[in-house]
Amino acid sequence: MRAFTYEKAASPQAAAARAAEVEGATFIAGGTNLLDLMKLEIETPVHLIDVNGTGLDTITETAEGGLRIGAMVRNTALAADARVRRDWPVLTRALVAGASGQLRNKATTAGNLLQRTRCPYFYDTAQPCNKRSPGAGCAALTEGAFSRQLGVIGTSDACIATHPSDMAVGLRVLDAVIETVTPAGLTRTIPLADFHTLPGATPERETVLMPGEMITAVILPAPVGGRQAYHKVRDRASYAFALVSVALIRQPDGTGRVALGGVAPRPWSSAEADAELPNGARAVIATLLSGARPTEENAFKITLAERTLAAMLQEA
Amino acid sequence: MSPPIAFEIRRRTLLASSAAAAMSVAAQRPAAAKTPAVPAPETRTVTLNVNGTARQIAVDTRTTLLDALRETLHLTGTKKGCDHGQCGACTCTVNGARINSCLSLAVMHDGDEIGTIEGIGTPEALDPMQAAFVKHDGFQCGYCTPGQIQSAHAVLDEIRAGIPSHATGDLTAAIALTDAEIRERMSGNLCRCGAYANILAAITEVAEQDA
Repeated sequence: MRAFTYEKAASPQAAAARAAEVEGATFIAGGTNLLDLMKLEIETPVHLIDVNGTGLDTITETAEGGLRIGAMVRNTALAADARVRRDWPVLTRALVAGASGQLRNKATTAGNLLQRTRCPYFYDTAQPCNKRSPGAGCAALTEGAFSRQLGVIGTSDACIATHPSDMAVGLRVLDAVIETVTPAGLTRTIPLADFHTLPGATPERETVLMPGEMITAVILPAPVGGRQAYHKVRDRASYAFALVSVALIRQPDGTGRVALGGVAPRPWSSAEADAELPNGARAVIATLLSGARPTEENAFKITLAERTLAAMLQEA
Repeated sequence: MSPPIAFEIRRRTLLASSAAAAMSVAAQRPAAAKTPAVPAPETRTVTLNVNGTARQIAVDTRTTLLDALRETLHLTGTKKGCDHGQCGACTCTVNGARINSCLSLAVMHDGDEIGTIEGIGTPEALDPMQAAFVKHDGFQCGYCTPGQIQSAHAVLDEIRAGIPSHATGDLTAAIALTDAEIRERMSGNLCRCGAYANILAAITEVAEQDA
């Protein structure tokens, strides 16, 4: 691990201002992904700003009937919150489908959204990766590469990595909004749908956050009811990343919302696909994954997404 | 699998193309660019309350909680397996919650209450979970066992606290203590000897004693 200097920030505003001021600085919250990457020298911050003491660790009710989830709320605390379990159960289901008990006790709401891809070529520093070293090339797109886990849609000729979060898929189907503070001390809100950028020619850029800008909260809108479920298909029964995951909210009249994980650089969802829900899983997935560009190794994900959603709709 | 010669050609092509790419990037970005100099290593003093005793130590900022426990405090009961949060051998409690101590920095734990295997029972007076692991052969080589014991305690506490898991049915009802719940919650602790069935039996016995 490269050497770095360290400070604890007392407030989100102070943290954001410092992050913009100190070149090469990074926030550290739970650290469960950042430290992993720092050990491999994939992340090489020269200064860490510890944001655990910034007072963002509570979940409060909003005037609109929703919840304001502090950026430092641990994944366990969020999954266990009685209000979330009762009124936004798809979020609890998504959270407990991810990682392990130990990691969920430490990982934070904001950090979960900002975790990096688990593409094996991003992790292997002996391989070219446009996300790690812009312009180096993409080993995942070379002949014979292992792309079983990688993306089928929203990808580009520069990068086919997926966003690994389960929580983000639950938040996407719930139409969550991210609140940030800028280095100038201003608050801004960003719908989660617009938060993660697609790789295009610049896969090193993953979100719309500006330098130094810090997530302070995630806002859930008022409960939408319906039957809520999260199904994750993976290569082992627990503690593995999704091949495909499906978050579903289905209303008694057959309408609802769908978001997919494990297929794209961000939680994958569209209003056009949601409108197809009364017509069944095939119609939804045909719309949602229209234009998909899978590799030979991961083309199965399209069929798997359709069959997973079909199974979930039968359970209703 | 391609024959070795084909691999050689592919590898050479790859190196040539990535070298070209690297040059074009260098041309676009002036050398002055954005690689801030790596600072000199920084040492900080922190106080860890380990198993109820305050221990003040000086650590390089890069020191993980795991390395601080093992290398600085010589509490080697906590094991280093993968050092990447994948195996659970380093599981400790911080302020009562289990975490992977390999994925946390010692400097982030100033004033925290750290619980390690050294704080759970002694060879002469085993903790009930340790005794149950012995009784049920919940290990072979024993390397993962401190982490397994830490997680086993935490799993029972987490179920009692009503924290749901992937194996939980009704999210609004009390959580039933089933094999499926224990297995799912223990999935962050790998055992390469494969003593899982016996680990499950040990945890189940302690859970029933406590019930």
